[in-house]
Amino acid sequence: MKPLLDLDPAEVRRARSLARKAGAPVVRLARSHTTVSVERATLRLAGLAGADHERVPWVNHLVDQVRGQVGLEQGVTTPVFDALRRGEAEDLLTLAQKAASGSVSFRLPEGREATRAGAVARREVARGIRTIDRQRAARERLVKRHGDPKQRPWIYLIVATGDIYEDIPQAQAAAREGADVIAVIRSTGQSLLDYVPEGATREGYAGTYATQENFRLMRAALDETSKELGRYIRLTNYASGLCMPEIATLAGLERLDMMLNDSMYGILFRDINPVRTFVDQRFSRQIHARAGIIINTGEDNYLTTADAVEAAHTVTVSQLLNEYFAKEAGLQDWQLGLGHAFEINPDLPDSFRMELAHALLARQLFPDAPLKWMPPTKHMTGDVFRGYLLDGFFNLVGAMTGQGILLVGMMTEAVVTPFLSDRDLALQNVRYVMNAAGGLTEDFHPPRDGYIQTRARQVLSEAVGLLDAIVHDSDAEGDPALLAAIADGTFGLMKRPAAAGKGLEGVVKRGPGYDNPAITLLETGESK
Amino acid sequence: MSTQAPSTQPDIIRPYGDTTGDGMVQMSFTLPIPHDKRAEGAALQLASKMGLDPALLVHAKAMGPDFTFFVVYGRVHHLVDLRQVEVVEREFPLLSPKEVNRAIKTRLRRKLVVVGACIGTDAHTVGIDAILNIKGFAGEKGLEYYREIKVVNLGAQVLVPELVARARAEKADAVMVSQVVTQKDAHIHNTTTMSAAFREAYPAGRVPLLVVGGPRFEEGSAERLGVDRIFGRGTTPGEVASYLVHALVTAKEARS
Repeated sequence: MKPLLDLDPAEVRRARSLARKAGAPVVRLARSHTTVSVERATLRLAGLAGADHERVPWVNHLVDQVRGQVGLEQGVTTPVFDALRRGEAEDLLTLAQKAASGSVSFRLPEGREATRAGAVARREVARGIRTIDRQRAARERLVKRHGDPKQRPWIYLIVATGDIYEDIPQAQAAAREGADVIAVIRSTGQSLLDYVPEGATREGYAGTYATQENFRLMRAALDETSKELGRYIRLTNYASGLCMPEIATLAGLERLDMMLNDSMYGILFRDINPVRTFVDQRFSRQIHARAGIIINTGEDNYLTTADAVEAAHTVTVSQLLNEYFAKEAGLQDWQLGLGHAFEINPDLPDSFRMELAHALLARQLFPDAPLKWMPPTKHMTGDVFRGYLLDGFFNLVGAMTGQGILLVGMMTEAVVTPFLSDRDLALQNVRYVMNAAGGLTEDFHPPRDGYIQTRARQVLSEAVGLLDAIVHDSDAEGDPALLAAIADGTFGLMKRPAAAGKGLEGVVKRGPGYDNPAITLLETGESK
Repeated sequence: MSTQAPSTQPDIIRPYGDTTGDGMVQMSFTLPIPHDKRAEGAALQLASKMGLDPALLVHAKAMGPDFTFFVVYGRVHHLVDLRQVEVVEREFPLLSPKEVNRAIKTRLRRKLVVVGACIGTDAHTVGIDAILNIKGFAGEKGLEYYREIKVVNLGAQVLVPELVARARAEKADAVMVSQVVTQKDAHIHNTTTMSAAFREAYPAGRVPLLVVGGPRFEEGSAERLGVDRIFGRGTTPGEVASYLVHALVTAKEARS
């Protein structure tokens, strides 16, 4: 297809190279640190699951014990598998249980002992990696058998009852009504828990806890529904917050298909420590890459806090950074559900034309990514009739600009959790627009140097300006420029210094003998 | 002579469709039955029990195999007596973020400092985060979003002495504490402990504004617990910000 916007290729190259320049020092930082959650995720790959009677997961017990005795500078697996080799316990679970009661002494093995412990660790962690590989193959088989949605964008709907056993019939009903992707919203506050809850859960705040068992139950139910509908229904959850690496791992093990996974969301909107976030994010994205999971990034959030016209370029900057970090971690273009949103104040003149310009800019900058198009929230007022019209215009932009994933807007946004009827009406809205105007991509060519092209170029040039400012930022501590920029409030008006924020105490600088067989297997692509 | 119609407001009114006094209303709802003649009858029965007479069923559509959606128009005969309308007034006006920032900037002339925490064993930061974190709650941004408010969120399981020390170090104007999950009235015990500690640590009259929030607190128990204000379930950041301006900017000015 001929490009719809006349962007200067040199300017686009410059934007990407600045994003790389801003991101590379942060990647170096991520490669020289580990976190308690990365180590716990590694133990989960080695098969350690479950929790004690107070629902504290065994992976937390074991990592805390190892850290307390010998530190995590060498990684958790070497001392853990050394202890198993020394006969401290017959298996990983027993070791964790004994360690929790303080009756295991860990050491840092050296020389041949260390090599042997490393080999066992690799063998055990590889089992988890192979489960992820099998799940990816299973998805490919099921997609082939049941088929992908007939249309693009894929229709993405949210369920959020707090009770997994209520979520399941709602999700199945939503799929029957036309949803291609089901997202289960997490309980408020889960992102700040430094452990992953266990088991099937029936109580959450404005959402349902992400647990391995909840993942398994929902995926099994949607497999049934996929068979019934002859269309593979994808399942989405959130790899964000303090347990990002573990949630990503559980998603890979239980064949989730998409995960919300933004590079900076936790820092800016949840006040999670920046270093913790970037280290956790890299591991989680490596897992997603391996698992064939499509990530969804969170650029829509910038526009809910800042003005969608003035801050339009911050979306582009974040998309470029997300793209850089994602590709560095091994994700392919088809796995990048880069986010953007329809959040311009509808009272502004030409608001729809600007939305079109912004959406086309994202489309053209990332031609092979399944962009995720997010509905209006900020200007939904409770006037449900006006909201329904606004959602129609949002759908129209989606249809005209070839978006990959369309999150269905609800007219009751900001009023109540959607009624059954709200969801049905919202899907009718989407279907009408796709049916009536889906073919407009053929006819729609914004004129050269017209309003839309000019606006898109302006946003791109502002994005390049901001990226340039970021790579030239600095702070007294000599942190990477991007961290300095985050610290002085460049994004979303929030100041987040590198040495503050939640989860900082869980960050550990890697020592010279650091070993993490999961990262090795993910980086080499090996499975043994 | 005035060109306007006489402006005596009647005390008794009815809904207005297209003619004064026609009483016309419109509503939509879903019934958990398949769409057929009986479903339409059921919808009309509901409308009639709700006082719509005559009720006009203008739209009925199956929503999946087990549900039907209806739109009904109809006349209600109920009279609204404006003299009997009771309005519970909030003791402070609700301000937009812009108005809050402006009030602090022009009248306090420095940033307003808020220190927040979950105290005791409560690890549920849902409440305090909904109010403080930029992400916010119910479509409203949290206090961090307000340019003129400095937020220090200490997170969960903060000890009272630690909270007092931090409030002093930050020169807090307000201290905000949330208690979500409580057993055996722990929220009451924790709150009174906290307020006592602040009164001990600060000279009289200099104690920061103490604000607690949580679903289990009784309205009107603020005084008994030794705090300035209690917020219950469903409170939004905008209400809290407006209250802070009311208590720390407007009320202080009125006093001085």
